[in-house]
Amino acid sequence: MTRLTLSALSLGALAALAVPAAATECIAPANPGGGWDFTCRQIGRILYEIGEVPAPVVVTNMAGAGGGVAYANVVNERNTDEDLIVAASSATTTRLAQNAFGGATADQVRFVGSIGGDPGVIVVANDSPYQSLNDLVDAVLADPGSVAFAGGSAVGGFDHMKPLQILRAAGLEDIRQVRYIGVDGGADAITQTVGGFTQAMTGDMSEIVGFVRSGEVRVLAVLTEERVPGFEDIPTAREQGYDVVAVNWRGIYVPGGISDDAFHAWADRLTAVANSEQWQEAMVANGLAPFTRVGDEFQTWIDGVIAQTQELSREIGVIQ
Amino acid sequence: MDILSNLAMGFSIALSPWSLMLAVIGCFIGTIVGALPGLGPANGVALLIPITFSMGLDAMSALVLLTSVYYGAMYGGRISSILLNIPGDEPAMMTTLDGYPMARQGRAGEALVVSGVASFVGAFLATIGLMLLAPVLSRVAYQFGPAEYFALYLLAFCTLGGLGSNNQAKSALAALIGLGIAMIGLDKTTGMPRFTFGELHLMDGIDFLVAIVGLFAVSEVFFFIESHGKNSAIGVVLDKVTIPWKALRHTTGAMLRGTGIGFVAGILPGAGASLGSFLAYVAEKAVAKDKDSFGKGNVRGVAAPEAGNNAAAGGALIPMLTLGVPGSGTTAVLLALLLTLNITPGPLLFTERPEVVWGLIAALLIANIVLLIMNVPMVKIFVKILSVPSHILLPGVTMVAFVGIYSLTGSTFDMQLMVAFGILGYVCRKLDIPTVPIILGILLGNAMEDNLRRAMVLSNGDWTYLFSSSVSTGLWIAAIVGFLAPIFLRRFLKRPEVQPEAIGD
Repeated sequence: MTRLTLSALSLGALAALAVPAAATECIAPANPGGGWDFTCRQIGRILYEIGEVPAPVVVTNMAGAGGGVAYANVVNERNTDEDLIVAASSATTTRLAQNAFGGATADQVRFVGSIGGDPGVIVVANDSPYQSLNDLVDAVLADPGSVAFAGGSAVGGFDHMKPLQILRAAGLEDIRQVRYIGVDGGADAITQTVGGFTQAMTGDMSEIVGFVRSGEVRVLAVLTEERVPGFEDIPTAREQGYDVVAVNWRGIYVPGGISDDAFHAWADRLTAVANSEQWQEAMVANGLAPFTRVGDEFQTWIDGVIAQTQELSREIGVIQ
Repeated sequence: MDILSNLAMGFSIALSPWSLMLAVIGCFIGTIVGALPGLGPANGVALLIPITFSMGLDAMSALVLLTSVYYGAMYGGRISSILLNIPGDEPAMMTTLDGYPMARQGRAGEALVVSGVASFVGAFLATIGLMLLAPVLSRVAYQFGPAEYFALYLLAFCTLGGLGSNNQAKSALAALIGLGIAMIGLDKTTGMPRFTFGELHLMDGIDFLVAIVGLFAVSEVFFFIESHGKNSAIGVVLDKVTIPWKALRHTTGAMLRGTGIGFVAGILPGAGASLGSFLAYVAEKAVAKDKDSFGKGNVRGVAAPEAGNNAAAGGALIPMLTLGVPGSGTTAVLLALLLTLNITPGPLLFTERPEVVWGLIAALLIANIVLLIMNVPMVKIFVKILSVPSHILLPGVTMVAFVGIYSLTGSTFDMQLMVAFGILGYVCRKLDIPTVPIILGILLGNAMEDNLRRAMVLSNGDWTYLFSSSVSTGLWIAAIVGFLAPIFLRRFLKRPEVQPEAIGD
């Protein structure tokens, strides 16, 4: 009798375990606390709150190789899992473009969309002689050795690409001459620039807000299509004659082997999140600007970004 | 007066029965997490962040809980260093050098109490320093560019000889092994992977915790197996635990010096707690008259690095709060917590969000006092652990270490790597090569190389850039003196007097 109850109980326990296994899972390919973790937790929370998914979304942190471990896991082991989403950002596509995920390519998964972005910025210390982006670009064109940039990513990373894109748009042929040091994060890059060790900083808007308000730095340009709400006095690079848009987007990808129907369902759910009040609040609270691109439109945009990153990376020698 | 009224405001926010309870829970969890090898303060705090979200804690309660865990882990790291010769986390590594010999001599209780008090002194004074000087000291980070950081790391390597191995060549060899291991991973200056053999798990380089747990804990298991459990190093003499007032008085100077050095190391974002405890130990040995007894159970060799690493943990909060630059892995996680709570650290945090800053400072002071009160009676419990037979204790510790390492990245690769480090540690100990310099090489080697490479980019390959500022020149002089002084001093003091209190092993 007891044995029977026990086995019935364990069957019940198994059934109970099976239910959360069918719940949606979001993989954050980094430790808790970073941007990808934020994406998973916010999107996961909102999906459940607005009723797009039946159960709370389970967030799994899978750190390693700048997202490469999670990418390999999704491609090799969960290629057809329709209940799986993975947080992604510009770093994901930059690394894919540079073959930094151990041979994995961008077409092995499907990018669903981006629902917000951290605008790229070019910043100098407030005692810097450069008053506008043109001043800075002219100085580099006249003598590439006169300006060193500091950024929070390694050489070839997204922060490095921003000044390279601007200088390429300005007509600099040999972009290898541009001096760049990668330090440990945007705040560190600001410290080096305010301390006078580097002449300019390249990073994301959210990294510099405190320093802008304290008056220690001057933002020469923001790399968006329009001026950013709340920072209307900061000119875009486009206004100053350099057609460069570099936004550290926040979005998701799904496994490559899922059906078209499942993919479009995810695109619709993501659009619902992007339009939700909760997401608007989360963006304001975290210094993100609207940057919604979903579905096939997003895939086309991603392909363009990857192609351009590959071209620049090849020129600076990060890839062959 | 301003500071007092601010502090009163901080306490009015942080001091409620609810937050006191969270502080006690946090300190307890932190101490355990710190003491378990493989689980360091960074993963302790990281693991708790999702929990604070699901508990729905408000910003202040979450901060109280996590800072208690942060300081608790800094306190707890010393326990396994002293009792088992296995550092609970990387800053506690220096404490093994004298703490474990003390435990073998039956002075485990004394070592634990002195190191606990030293942790309190270091952390408490550093919090006071944070309170009084943070806005001023945040400017210090602006004085440190790549050349200055390179010189600082060079200073650490030049004083490595002061660690006191019998054979300096073996120390140097161990440091070189560590530097070699540090080369593995993505090269930040070219974006190219080095020595990764296409293995994705090696792209981020090798985690210090994997190396520490492998070199210390897993190699201990191999020794244990080899000797059929008879000759294990774990087997210390138990003693009665009384408060060693004499030892505390004897080490007051060591604690204060350790605090000063650790605090300065903490303020510099590129240095951190490990460098703080290392420099505190080396400096204490340099000023001591009884140099020979260091490494054999000198109580000052326990007090100085413990005060140093806790002061550095407090100091590291200064660049984190005023600049948003985390000085260590743990402050990086705390920074992430602040950001998710919608608090952006930066130059204006002290003026715009005083309630957060002063609440945090009050929380730190509370956590410290709770930890001191908790730690003295808890010493008795911890010492009791040693009465567990080592054939039960050691496999248990190893199991926890495996779980802790698995929790780092959730991959079995790190566990295999840890066993490989265990084999390296076994071979090194057989050959009498010290393992502490290997870890220092891994810890400091990466940062030293990165800064050298950055300096070369900034100067277009001009080496004179490395001595171009007064700060870097000063550090170079200190490094050269630190390297040469022991050589000359040894010649002058060729036959040191036999120390009356030196106890042979």
